[in-house]
Amino acid sequence: MKRQNYDGVVVTAPVSVPYVRYSQQTAHWWIARALKQTLEVAELSPRELDGFSVSSFTLFPDTPVGLTQHLGLSPRWLDSIPMGGASGVVALRRAARAVQAGDVDVVACIAGDANRIDSFRQLLSSFSRFAMDASYPYGSGGPNASFALIADAYMAEYGVTPEDFGRIAVAQRANALHYPGAIMKSPLTLEQYLSARPISEPFGLFDCVMPCAGAEGFLVMREDEAQSRGLAYARISATIERHNAFPEDPVQLRGGWVMDIDELYEMAGHGPEAIDLLQTYDDYPLISMMQFEDLGFCAKGEGARFVREHDLTITGDFPHNTSGGQLSAGQAGAAGGYLGLVEAIRQVTGQAGGTQVAKARTAMVSGFGMINYDRGLCSSAAILTGEGA
Amino acid sequence: MTDKLLPPPKKNPQLRQRLPTLPPQMRSRAALGLTAAAARGAFELQHCEECGAVQYPPRDACCACLSVELAWRETPRDGTVIAETRIHASPDPFYRERLPWRSGLVRLSVGPTVLCHLHGDVGRGDAIRMDLKLDKAGQGVMIALPTERTPDMADDPQLRSLTAHPKHRRVLITDIRSPAARPLIDALFAAGASQIFVGESESWRRGSDHAAIAALDRVSVLPLDVSDPSSVKKLAAEIGGKVDILINTARHVRPGGVLGADTVFAREEFEINALGLMRLAQAFGPGMSSRTADGVNSAVAFVNILSVHALSADPQYGAFSASQAAALSISQTLRAEFRSSGLRMINVFTGPIDDEWHQPLPPPKVPPKALAKSVVEGLCEGVEDVFCGDVAKDLEERWRRDPKVLERELTGGGA
Repeated sequence: MKRQNYDGVVVTAPVSVPYVRYSQQTAHWWIARALKQTLEVAELSPRELDGFSVSSFTLFPDTPVGLTQHLGLSPRWLDSIPMGGASGVVALRRAARAVQAGDVDVVACIAGDANRIDSFRQLLSSFSRFAMDASYPYGSGGPNASFALIADAYMAEYGVTPEDFGRIAVAQRANALHYPGAIMKSPLTLEQYLSARPISEPFGLFDCVMPCAGAEGFLVMREDEAQSRGLAYARISATIERHNAFPEDPVQLRGGWVMDIDELYEMAGHGPEAIDLLQTYDDYPLISMMQFEDLGFCAKGEGARFVREHDLTITGDFPHNTSGGQLSAGQAGAAGGYLGLVEAIRQVTGQAGGTQVAKARTAMVSGFGMINYDRGLCSSAAILTGEGA
Repeated sequence: MTDKLLPPPKKNPQLRQRLPTLPPQMRSRAALGLTAAAARGAFELQHCEECGAVQYPPRDACCACLSVELAWRETPRDGTVIAETRIHASPDPFYRERLPWRSGLVRLSVGPTVLCHLHGDVGRGDAIRMDLKLDKAGQGVMIALPTERTPDMADDPQLRSLTAHPKHRRVLITDIRSPAARPLIDALFAAGASQIFVGESESWRRGSDHAAIAALDRVSVLPLDVSDPSSVKKLAAEIGGKVDILINTARHVRPGGVLGADTVFAREEFEINALGLMRLAQAFGPGMSSRTADGVNSAVAFVNILSVHALSADPQYGAFSASQAAALSISQTLRAEFRSSGLRMINVFTGPIDDEWHQPLPPPKVPPKALAKSVVEGLCEGVEDVFCGDVAKDLEERWRRDPKVLERELTGGGA
């Protein structure tokens, strides 16, 4: 059956709470701040809000249920999206359908995480059952080591060099210098990238994100509601999600997008050539390169050539991760899965400020999450449209 | 090829001694199947009883057909390395002191991809032999080894951290009168042990081997009576800081059942076989536990030699069997108490040894040389439970299958 479109539903009020490397504040605190900001944009009170979607790794022992009482909300629709880097798009598509069906009027989608000293180690050691049993005991390198293994196989298979990954990281740093919320504030050269200390070969320091604390959020509502409140909004032209794609692949050289990308473009009514800017989930430049291929911007194995031939900065011919991505803005836990989406909403609604891409009307956002054992299991993508700047 | 491990330099007492830490030790219940297999040197994975699919990581339901009937079975070990990395950064205290650390992805010929430790001689593209070993936390872990054995392959630092190899280590054998003492000395030196202490009780009662053993280079015969607390403490005070491997060969055996026998013999058997083990552990255990991360000649294993009748009694040696069951139980508690240090408790279960006290029994019996070989192999492989000789292997298999049936067979009633 052909999927319905998202007509009449929009996404609005994008907010980012500036990230901090280490913070004693809890996930509750970070989520509250993002929620307050996004509601203030729409001039909604917390008690008026009837839909709430939460993504966080560090709420324990609470769930979003506990948060409703903690934050004084009385929603009639509540969702929890535990999908790490895929959370933003997945939260959006679930909320959009609920609004479209009339189950809820306004959904606040929020991701936020704490980062205390040592909380990253504790998160890694009990991230998932398979990680506890079969990956963490093997050197305890965490996701850096697991993705380094994928990178090693990927580089060998497709002849990719460290310079190719470096181009992605360097362009994102250049973008981050225009984004006031970025943790990284100094320029990065390709030479610095290549001579960085090794983390887990072939990865060096600048292949890795910096864990930090922070929160991101946005609202999903009917278009007439957004208009009556005078909000700048983006439309949703298509979305996809997939979990545990290609389990028979010995090592992850492709993500779940490959299974669903044709449907995404079909629903949007255009191909990759119509995309003005791309926000990929960049836990590592390798994963962004994999998305260039799997989202159809180039053929499989052509990712390295693609980054050699394109300028990935804000003013380039292929604007990518315009707020610096997690590599330069920082990875605030599950908020990392919102970063690109929130930036894309700002871009197509002309609110991106220093990172604004000219004529940004069609943006693609893709998410990727949850390295349960040897590969990331969740993939997602969405295409948003707006008036641009 | 692996670099030959060099003898450790003399320790500088002013330098910090590396303290015992453990790699991550939490596991799901299913994953303990790996540990159980590794403990006895087996390579087992879960196989689906309905569709045959081989599973990894360990699961509660088949990833091909959702059956919950998953059985641990011996599995082919061959595979190919498809990716490798060298980890330079880790938040884990154990690995932080041992970086860089290599790990890899291996595609097993039976299907699953295994994230594993990599032996230094293997890398991406190589055919490998997968092994399951116990790590310092006592949990089963995968390590990819070269398909062909090479002379110094056991010296690889990652593999060595998973074994209790005697190379460059100092060993205490607690009783010179054990028929296995001399073969053990020879086998340990052949495996690279640097020095051997041999305990001797009642030294006025010199056995025929005393002169020959005492004359050996790098061997010291020292007074030790495991039934005498002060003797055990005195020796521990003297050499406790130098014992890297302790092999308890002291045992007292008298034939006879329970009804007809004098409890004096039983008391002697418990005194030496069970309480002697406790005394040795109390005197030497804490010192060994504090030196488990101390470089090339760190303390690594406490070896106990038990009759396989610790598992199920032999009525012809009733009190002796009881002392062995007690010793096995004590060793399990010691294993728990040594756990936090990574000191390995190895039990070598043997069938009747071909000595004067087992003359009434029919063959097959275990020649002392074979027992020594099993002990040293157990150390080199790093297993927790070793079964030596045909009688012990046969009895273990029957015990695993059905302890009650075994009991009836051993006590008469099997045809």
